[in-house]
Amino acid sequence: MPVASLRRETTVRRILAVVAGCSLLFLGMIMLFLFIEGLPLFSTVSVSDFLLSMNWYPTAEPPEFGIFPMLVASCAVTLTASAFAVPLGVMTAVWLTEVARPGVRRVCKPLIEMTAALPSVVIGFFGMVVAAPLLQDILDLDSGLNLFTASLMLAFMSVPTICSVAEDALFAVPASLRAASLALGATRRETTVRVVIPAAFSGIGTACMLGMSRSIGETMVVLMTAGGAGILPRSLFDPVRPIPSVIAAETAEASFRGEHYRALFAVGIVLFLFTLAFNIAARHISEKNSGGKR
Amino acid sequence: MNASSFPCFPATPHQDGVASAAAAGTQPGPVPQDITYFDATSLRETEVGTGAYLMPDRMRIRRIREYLLFTLLRLAAFINIFALFGVCAFLVWNGLSALSWDFLTEAPRNSMTEGGIFPCIVGTTLLGLGSLGVSLPLGVASAVYLHEYAGASRFARSIRLGVNNLAGVPSIVFGLFGMSFFVIACGFGISLLSGLLTLAVLTLPVIIGTTEEALRQVPVAMREASLALGATQSRTIVRVVLPAALPGILTGGILGLARAAGETAAIMFTGAVFFSRKEVDSLFSPVMALSNHIYVLATSGTDIDKTRPLQYGTALVLVLLVLGMNLAAVILRDRLQQVRRR
Repeated sequence: MPVASLRRETTVRRILAVVAGCSLLFLGMIMLFLFIEGLPLFSTVSVSDFLLSMNWYPTAEPPEFGIFPMLVASCAVTLTASAFAVPLGVMTAVWLTEVARPGVRRVCKPLIEMTAALPSVVIGFFGMVVAAPLLQDILDLDSGLNLFTASLMLAFMSVPTICSVAEDALFAVPASLRAASLALGATRRETTVRVVIPAAFSGIGTACMLGMSRSIGETMVVLMTAGGAGILPRSLFDPVRPIPSVIAAETAEASFRGEHYRALFAVGIVLFLFTLAFNIAARHISEKNSGGKR
Repeated sequence: MNASSFPCFPATPHQDGVASAAAAGTQPGPVPQDITYFDATSLRETEVGTGAYLMPDRMRIRRIREYLLFTLLRLAAFINIFALFGVCAFLVWNGLSALSWDFLTEAPRNSMTEGGIFPCIVGTTLLGLGSLGVSLPLGVASAVYLHEYAGASRFARSIRLGVNNLAGVPSIVFGLFGMSFFVIACGFGISLLSGLLTLAVLTLPVIIGTTEEALRQVPVAMREASLALGATQSRTIVRVVLPAALPGILTGGILGLARAAGETAAIMFTGAVFFSRKEVDSLFSPVMALSNHIYVLATSGTDIDKTRPLQYGTALVLVLLVLGMNLAAVILRDRLQQVRRR
C-alpha cells in the first residue's frame, strides 16, 4: 500500500478513536460538573447530616439540608415498583420466548417495546388524571397522589426494560437444552421452569437491576404522581418525595451557586451514584454469567 | 397450546408426541399432532393397554400445571399490552376533541388557557432534529470505531463501559449537567442550543447501540470482498459497510429522535420555557416544547381544570409523534429482517 494512503488510514483511525472517546468524555464531564457544583456544600453541612437528617428546609434561615426522607422515599418507590414490574416483566419475557407462536411474537414484541417509548411526562400525566382519582375512590384515600400510585406508574415504565433484557437472556439459551429436557419426558412447563429459566437466571438478574435503575432515576412520573410531601412514609399510601422530584421541582428556583443550588447538585450526586451502582451490579452479574458459561 | 407454538424449536410438531410415546413405551407410530391435554385415562384403556405408563394421574397433574403456568404468562403479557392500549385509548378518547387545525397551527392565547400549541411543536421538532444532527454523526463514528477498528482492545472496552453507564444516567442528571455546563459554563443561556446539546448527549448511547447492531449485521464477506479488490479499510467502510448498514442506522436515528422528543427532565432547565412571546429566531433563543408544556399546564398552569382539554390535546400530539416515529422504526427494522432472510 502506498505510504500516503497508509498515513491517511492511520489518520482516519485516530479521528474515529477521538470521536468514540466522546462518550467517555461526556460521562467524565457529567461527574466532574456534579462534583464541582455539589461538593462545596459539604464544607458547611456534614455528609452524615446531609444523608441522615430529617429536615429539608433549603430556603429557611438557617437552611437545613437533610435528605433522609427522600432517600427512603426513593428506595420505597423503587422497591414497590419492582415488586410489580419484575414478575410482570419476567413472565412476559418467558411468554414471548417459550409460549407465544412466532407470528404472535412478531406483533407483540414491538408492542411491548413501544411501551418503553411512551414519554415519561405522558405516563405521569396519565397517573395524575386517571390512576390517582381512581385509586383515591377505590381505596378511599385522602389523596390519590401517593407512593403506591407512583410505584404503579413506574412499574408500567420499567416493565419493557426488564422484559426486553430478560427476553434476550432467555432467547440465548441454546435450543439443545430445551430439546434434551423435552426428550427426557419433561413437559414444557417443567422445561421452562427447571431448565430454561435457571440457564438464563443471571440475565434475568441483570434485567431486574436495569429495571430498578430506570425506576430510581425516573423523574417526571414521581414528580407528578408521588404527592411531593417530604416526610417518611408510614404506609404504602402516604405521599412521598423521591430524590429526582426534588431536583426537578426546585432547581429552577435556586439562586445560582447559593447553598440551595449546591445542595441540589449534591442530591444529584447521590442519585447518580445510585444508578451507577445499579448499572455496575447489572454488568457484573452479566459478566460473571458469560465468564462462567464459556 | 399447539406444539408448533414453540418458537426456538423448529422441529416441534412431534415434540409432545415423542415424549408421550417414550413415556408409554410403544413403538413410534403415527403420532397425533395436537395433543393439548394428555388424556392418560383414555390412553391406558385404548392405545397402550398394558399400562406401561404407570402414573396417569401424575401426568394429568403435570399437564394441568403446565396449562396454569402458561395461562399466567399469557395474562402477564396481556396486562402489558392492555396497559399500552389503555393509555393510548384514553388519550385519544379525551384528546381528539381538542385536536383541530387551529390547535396545531396557532400560538397560545389568553395566558395559555386558549389557543394552540404551534410554538411547542416547532420547539420539539427543532430540539429533536438539532440533537440528532449532533448525536447521529458522533454516534455513527463511535460505533464504526468500536465495531470496525477497535475490536476488543482495552480502550474499546472502556468506551463500551462508558456508553453503558451513560445510558443509565437519569435524565434529570443530564438536566443538571446541561445547566451547569452548557447554560452557565459555556454561556449559552437557557436556549435551543443548550437544550439540543443536552439531548444529544442523552441520545448518544441509543445511536451507538443501534448503529453497532446494524454494523454487526453486515456480512464479513462483503468487507473481505472489498478489501480483496484493493480498497483501503476506510474506503471499504464508506462505500460498502455503511451503505449496507444504512437502514439499521436510520432506525437508530428515528429511535433517538423519538427519545429526544419525549424527554422532559433534561430540557426543563436547559432549553425549554413555559412561554416565550418571541419566535425562535436563533440557536440562542429559548423554545417551548410539547413535553414541558404538558408538565407545566398539568401542574402549575394558570387554571389547571380549565386547560384540561389543552393538556389532553398536547399529550395526544406528543404520543402520536413519538409512537409514530417508533412504529416507523419498527416497520423499517422488520422489513429489513425480511429482506435479509430471503
